[in-house]
Amino acid sequence: MPKHLVLLFLLVLLFPGLAMSQVTTERLLNANNEPHNWLTYSGAYDSQRHSVLEQITTENVQDLEMKWVFQSRTSHHFQATPLVVDGIMYLTQPPNDVVALDAKTGRVFWVYEHVPSPDARPCCGFSNRGLAIHGDTLVMGTVDAMVVAVDAKSGGPIWQVQVADPSAGYAITHAPLVVNNKAIVGMSGGDLGIRGFIAAYDISTGNESWRFYTIPAPGEPGHETWEPCTPDMEHCDPEAWKTGGGAVWLTGSYDPETNLTFWGIGNPGPDYAYYQRPGDNLYASSVVALDADTGKLDWHFQFTPGDRYDYDAVQIPVLVDLDINGTVIKAMLWANRNGFFYILDRVTGRFLTGNPFSRINWASGLDDSGGPIQTPQGPGVPTYPGKQGGTNWYSPSYSPNTGLMYFSTWEGYATVFDSAPVEYTPGQLFTGSRNRSPIVGVPEPPAVGRGHINTWTKAVGHGSVLAFNPLTGDKVWQWETYDVQNSGILTTATDLLFVGGREGYFQALDARTGDLLWRAVTGGNTLAAPITYEVEGSQYVAIASGHSLFVFGLRQP
Amino acid sequence: MNRTRYDNRLTFWYNSRKCWCNVTPIFSFRLVILFLLTSNYLFFEKVVAFTQEHGGEYERADIERGAQLYDEFCSNCHGSEGDGVGNVNLKAGQFRRASTDQIFRRILTEGIPGTGMPPGNYTASDMTALVAYVRNMRDFDGGIVTLGNVLHGETIFYGKGRCTDCHRVAGKGGRQAPDLTAIGAIRGAGSLRASLLNPTASMLPSNRPVRIVTQADEVIHGRRLNEDTYTIQIFNDQDYLQSFEKADLKEVTILDASPMPSYEDSLSESELADLLAYLVTLTGLR
Repeated sequence: MPKHLVLLFLLVLLFPGLAMSQVTTERLLNANNEPHNWLTYSGAYDSQRHSVLEQITTENVQDLEMKWVFQSRTSHHFQATPLVVDGIMYLTQPPNDVVALDAKTGRVFWVYEHVPSPDARPCCGFSNRGLAIHGDTLVMGTVDAMVVAVDAKSGGPIWQVQVADPSAGYAITHAPLVVNNKAIVGMSGGDLGIRGFIAAYDISTGNESWRFYTIPAPGEPGHETWEPCTPDMEHCDPEAWKTGGGAVWLTGSYDPETNLTFWGIGNPGPDYAYYQRPGDNLYASSVVALDADTGKLDWHFQFTPGDRYDYDAVQIPVLVDLDINGTVIKAMLWANRNGFFYILDRVTGRFLTGNPFSRINWASGLDDSGGPIQTPQGPGVPTYPGKQGGTNWYSPSYSPNTGLMYFSTWEGYATVFDSAPVEYTPGQLFTGSRNRSPIVGVPEPPAVGRGHINTWTKAVGHGSVLAFNPLTGDKVWQWETYDVQNSGILTTATDLLFVGGREGYFQALDARTGDLLWRAVTGGNTLAAPITYEVEGSQYVAIASGHSLFVFGLRQP
Repeated sequence: MNRTRYDNRLTFWYNSRKCWCNVTPIFSFRLVILFLLTSNYLFFEKVVAFTQEHGGEYERADIERGAQLYDEFCSNCHGSEGDGVGNVNLKAGQFRRASTDQIFRRILTEGIPGTGMPPGNYTASDMTALVAYVRNMRDFDGGIVTLGNVLHGETIFYGKGRCTDCHRVAGKGGRQAPDLTAIGAIRGAGSLRASLLNPTASMLPSNRPVRIVTQADEVIHGRRLNEDTYTIQIFNDQDYLQSFEKADLKEVTILDASPMPSYEDSLSESELADLLAYLVTLTGLR
């Protein structure tokens, strides 16, 4: 062990307070080496949402019990993933409060309240999905399009910066990603006619370091995919790019070897009235790879060109080094809302392989470069997957133990897509939707949840957790739920998989077989993703569900 | 102006876009006359109370325009059936804050601070259309259902129709079928007529009859109230609420046929119109 590390170890032993040391870039780069903490939204820069903690196993998971609950004061959707740093948990509660808690007991140290401007126009509720930390600085994006820095110890504000106009639909709902000395955020509001962007802010000052527009302007590469209108194109908008959408709803990933940061980009605007925006509409429904220091585009891959189904690429880019016959491939795994599972080369963006994971009829397959062979269905004909997609924004997990990717899916779910021209009005929904449920008399499952009574049937669709072999394209197992499924997933080195759901349960499955090993009642819809951490030798699992955060640990003998 | 007046007092539009079954709307001039001759103070009293609250009349064109605007601006959260937000059911009129159209318009403009309801930048005519549609969601359709005499309908309901053998209104009647105390607030005349003529085709998923066989081979019949991956909640035919772990059961069969008889042959058209006239007055305890 290097001398300075020995010294650090001794200092920590002598002065426990020093364990709450600053979260350095070095620590973030090596987050997987300190599994007792949860330092980024997805656990580490590779976004595998996988923990090597081993105390809770398939054998003792039955002994999990609830250790504490944090009841938020909000009635909004509670979608946050907490951070845990050396025994302190940092959590956001909607709309934009930051809460510091004792991760062992749930007792609150402080609450920082950000009251959003009444101009805020988030399309889908006052949601916030979490924080980033660097040094002693917590960073949060807000529904009124601000980036706010808060001191991790005092709970006081350090700086805040207005990054866009909230009255025009710009908002930030995801947890920022800190790379080096910059907090990177993207704009939500892709259903309100924003022109999306991703920007980086200096962690010390809040000064903007760079900005990348997800919808290129005239003269910029990619703008040619916003094709000009011709006289025969009814309803075509010659300046469609200005309201072209391209939102960012989820935290990106980072590969230190290439210094590239990867971000999933949402739908083009308007969502369904595609005839108003002819062309492929880059970089909507794509993944972009940006230089973390400059924001310069290195490569992109578009999953759904000219997207007319709202098949947002709002998923977490999962970075995995795949061993294929002795050759290590630096891969990016992506279960897309459009129903295909992709493997990309994350260094070059090259398409490697793709397979459907759910019923699909909007495309007959993928061509050699990964482009969909589109087969739009006729008027009144159900399209699979439906408008919520085969999966959506719920965090997936990759387990290096099993070599499998796990994600929540909506099965057998279709929408009769229909649209009407829509005029842009700042701050209003800009979708053109005239969509319908394909089952007469049965309502579609709503996007974000339901009440306590299940009012539709499985005929509309149901949920599942899918264990997918990225290399073969095989479904290794599928664990079905009666309702549709919108929980994120966590896996551990002991082959446990934790997942919530709409029905008010939190479950542990065997990651190898899909067998149900344990379940607890949370009594509310789970839209968040679980984490695990350790304090004073005890492992915990936390999940936000309903309006509370539940923390479980092993029953002590 | 070539617009059709839409009047809550005389006709009820039923929902053909999402209709519960294929029903040909009746449009009998004779019945309309019958209604006009037999309509009574009781019915008008109910309607007058309603119209005072909400202005009463909405332009058909506004309702149709409102339906389009609703799909565009509201359905993302509120759902196509108006029940996407917890504790709010637009179709059933369960939204306490918008007690008058004026307040409704203010909410559309200003939103509801501290909730997910955002402020909106609507034109006056768009607001008129949205209010008109939401006020008429449960009755929105492309056809017309004619209503008869409320008192006659009440007599049929408790007498010849034997509705209270299974249904219950304000604490009176059976419990085997759904409580109808507020059925007129939840469902429009068109969908109620569809239920009377073809109960199976218009049965809600949550009301489906269920047959359960326990590990001890006990057979239990009931009406499904709720269900998830692991459990099912029913109201059994012995008048008890029961909840089961599916893993403890040998069999759970959800039946597609409604136990309710069709009234297509047993009631005349005028009796059906009377019964519907009574049902739409059942809008909860007053």
